[in-house]
Amino acid sequence: MITHPKTEELAKAVAGWIDEIRPGLDPRNAFLARVAVNVLGVIQRELTQGPAAEGRAVEGMAGVLGHPGEFAALNAELCERIRTGEFTIDTPGLLSVLTTMARDQVAIDQPNYRPEGTPAPAA
Amino acid sequence: MAIDVRAQLPKLAVRLGGEGAGVAAAQRLSGGASMEMWSFSIEGPNGREDLILRHRSAPFDPETARSVTLATEAALIVACGKNGAIVPPVRHVCDDEDGLGEAYVMVAVPGETLGRRIVSDPRFDAVRGDLARQCGAALVPIHATPPPAELNLRFSDAEGELNRYWDSYVASGAQRPILELAFQYLRGRIPPPVEPILLHGDFRNGNIMFHPDKGVAAVLDWELAHVGDPAEDMGWICTNSWRFGRPDRPVGGFGDYADLLAGYEAAGGKPIELSRVRFWQMLGSLRWGVMCLGMYLSWSSGVTNSVERPMIGRRVSETEADLVVLLEQGL
Repeated sequence: MITHPKTEELAKAVAGWIDEIRPGLDPRNAFLARVAVNVLGVIQRELTQGPAAEGRAVEGMAGVLGHPGEFAALNAELCERIRTGEFTIDTPGLLSVLTTMARDQVAIDQPNYRPEGTPAPAA
Repeated sequence: MAIDVRAQLPKLAVRLGGEGAGVAAAQRLSGGASMEMWSFSIEGPNGREDLILRHRSAPFDPETARSVTLATEAALIVACGKNGAIVPPVRHVCDDEDGLGEAYVMVAVPGETLGRRIVSDPRFDAVRGDLARQCGAALVPIHATPPPAELNLRFSDAEGELNRYWDSYVASGAQRPILELAFQYLRGRIPPPVEPILLHGDFRNGNIMFHPDKGVAAVLDWELAHVGDPAEDMGWICTNSWRFGRPDRPVGGFGDYADLLAGYEAAGGKPIELSRVRFWQMLGSLRWGVMCLGMYLSWSSGVTNSVERPMIGRRVSETEADLVVLLEQGL
């Protein structure tokens, strides 16, 4: 893709502008503007972190399934094998792959989210 | 047709405050994707009253499809209040004359509902350690209220909830292996049946008014009330999506399981096993994940156009990040 600007930079610029006008908005629109800034954050992170995350997911799923493939096909097959009961939490490697996928996705969607099991923040 | 709440308030003020009463202040409160909440005050011959209007703004969406009407919600609040539950006083249930559609008016109860503040604001430091126990105790009079027969509340147990959310998930067309695995795991671990009782249905940090000195000040947002397993209400307040950045404090981000269970028991509730609460907590994460998919669908199908909805769709991954840990830990 072209640079000067990159797509994520365009998103960043819009987010910066929304942040500038937010203080002048009524409470409802100020809230929605904050949501909009968060949306643009997701877009930026998906553009910058998404390819590596998808690469890890594809590699992990291919390992568990025993053959290579593209993300959508591997993901669909994984769902199918869980649905039929062939794959369970005892399937070697499955939970580990799913954990990597979940962490990568939440890092894009909500980088500040603290998942179950995260220790207390340092005082 | 959307109702202009602000335009209808002066008429409501006269009805509630008498001839000569007017609206002194009115503000829509943010939050609530399908319900509008308005804070307003009326001033009239009988003085000033600070009130809250709860009004359904979306005619239908996946979140509210399972909810009771606001008139039923008000009737439940009154019934539970009479039985000792900590509820906001219902001031008025709106009818056609008010021109507000489905709505009711409560007396404003002082305190805080924003989960993050309750979890981290220093104003709550003194009371925070007691909140889990108070929440356990607050559930007892709700659970002990006989479900009013005329309200025809739906019954749903663990199997029913799993089936319902499975149907929603499949209908969404999404393919999420972690949700699939959570469904499979929970289906194999459904706890033994118990006597069904009245549930609040949405008992979590964010739907409870907390006072910085006194703690629980009012249990709000009764739209998902139904009849079922008492552990459902306890598991939902332990679901990590409602801990607001403090997963180390499993009850609402402010307390421990033991205090919630002890508070429930000390107030006369029938003892509940932690593993049962954990089952419902995990089902809570799964439920919220499927609900987030539904929020996205309500936007993609054109039912609503708020930017909030597709963004909530990106909250599915938070539930997945929680579910993989719960699957690893076991119940």
